[in-house]
Amino acid sequence: MTSLPDKPSAKRLGLVIDLDICVGCHACAVNCKEWNAGGVSAPLTDLEPYGRAPDGVWFNRVHTYEVGEGGDGRTVHFPRSCLHCAEPACVTVCPTGASFKRAEDGIVLIDEDLCIGCKLCSWACPYGAREFDQDAGVMKKCTLCVDRIYNESFAVEDRVPACVATCPVSARHFGDLGDPASDVSRLVAERGGYDLMPEMGYRPTNKYLPPRPHKTGASQALAPAKPGEAGGLLGWLDRLLSS
Amino acid sequence: MHPSLSVILFTTLSGVGYGLLALTGLLAPLGNLPRDPRFGALVLMLALAAITIGLVSSTFHLGHKERAWRAFSQWRSSWLSREGVASVATYLPAVLFAGGWILFGTVSTLWGLLSAIGAVITVVCTAMIYRSLKPIPRWHNRWVLPNYLALAAMSGSLWLAALTYPFAQRSSLSALAIAIITIAAVLKVLYWQHIDRAPSTSTAGSATGLGAGGDVQLFEAPHTSENYLLKEMGFRVARKHAAKLRSIALWLGFALPAFLSLVPLFVPSWPAFAAALVAAMLGTLGVFVERWLFFAEARHVVTLYYGAPSV
Repeated sequence: MTSLPDKPSAKRLGLVIDLDICVGCHACAVNCKEWNAGGVSAPLTDLEPYGRAPDGVWFNRVHTYEVGEGGDGRTVHFPRSCLHCAEPACVTVCPTGASFKRAEDGIVLIDEDLCIGCKLCSWACPYGAREFDQDAGVMKKCTLCVDRIYNESFAVEDRVPACVATCPVSARHFGDLGDPASDVSRLVAERGGYDLMPEMGYRPTNKYLPPRPHKTGASQALAPAKPGEAGGLLGWLDRLLSS
Repeated sequence: MHPSLSVILFTTLSGVGYGLLALTGLLAPLGNLPRDPRFGALVLMLALAAITIGLVSSTFHLGHKERAWRAFSQWRSSWLSREGVASVATYLPAVLFAGGWILFGTVSTLWGLLSAIGAVITVVCTAMIYRSLKPIPRWHNRWVLPNYLALAAMSGSLWLAALTYPFAQRSSLSALAIAIITIAAVLKVLYWQHIDRAPSTSTAGSATGLGAGGDVQLFEAPHTSENYLLKEMGFRVARKHAAKLRSIALWLGFALPAFLSLVPLFVPSWPAFAAALVAAMLGTLGVFVERWLFFAEARHVVTLYYGAPSV
């Protein structure tokens, strides 16, 4: 059913991504591709992988932004994937019932056997989370590694999405964002985790943690010294030469 | 947005078909159209043919055409599904209306009215597919629905006038067409004004949540060649020629058909028919160009992640 669950459970599984820590290594994107090319969404088609214009389906894309200018500016690496929204219009626009949001944990999935490949869901997603598999003729998206997180043949610590498991700097956290006492919810509360494009009204489950503010005013380092700024001998020289 | 030919063809042809069906279903029972069964056959066959060709062509862009029937199931939440249900449901009154008229010479008010209602509901559903998409601000606004309705009525009225002249001199139909063209042109210009002036709802700052730290600019893209998102949502070809295409759409779709529709008001017989027919063909061509622009000028907020300055 592409109607949203009548009684969504309090459990809302999702990711918290720390933009202060992410180093932009793309390991999450690569391990996501590696896992899902063999998992429930397989094959994750690549067209012309070694050709002139390689094109393929990925569930995770890492953008890098320059934020601010000059000494106050910074580089921010920004992994982008499905946010498993509470109000996912990608689900409700689906005409066939292929797209659905699970009542028990809030994961947004596609039943590939029902998908007709009309692409409307990808138009309805503001975050670019859905990519069409031209070869299979169906839409594909992040499953939150539903075939890992509940996989009882895995050790408990490995039951996390592939992107979380592989992140070398622990910039990605997985957990229940519906439970205010969970580690991820506490992290969001402490660090001021936020929603992407809240103005769209999709109420994403995944949260992003903002880069921490600069500790030193690097942009001021090269500005002319203010009177009285330096003390001691330098201060005396400064006063003498300024007079 | 990538202007998929099959979808543009569908919305253009369904506008012709449902517009023609709705106007015929309303005007014929009122006695404003010739009662000749041959006229009924011509006008309703053309309407149903345009609808059917449109519906079939709309499945061409699907990844799995053989599963298209599944699209009738989710009418509770999906405008696309509702469109499918409404389009198929409209066949029932339309076929009964056409059958009664063609075979028995009876112009049924009930089936005519139900055909018209079905046609309007289907066009509303089509418009709402676009109108409901928040990530595409140039579609998610109040001008889209009236534009779709007006353009369907315009296409229908032009074809209705053209098909009537071989049977009867009803210059009032050309007057009706001119009135609807005027309304449609005003709505289209208001739509263009809206999309040119409406401020961006989302920015690279809100898309990344980093706006508080200053200007957000793409420093490095996630991939070096184009992907599905950029091909589908980041279509740019026609944008370059948007101003030219708008004036082509205005001339072909509105100005010339309106001017040609004046001819039957003054000249009877074959010149009236010829002018009305050319007006109908140009009008449909104009709507086709307009539909292309509707897609090509639409911008998706996902492009903000890829460095688009605004949507």
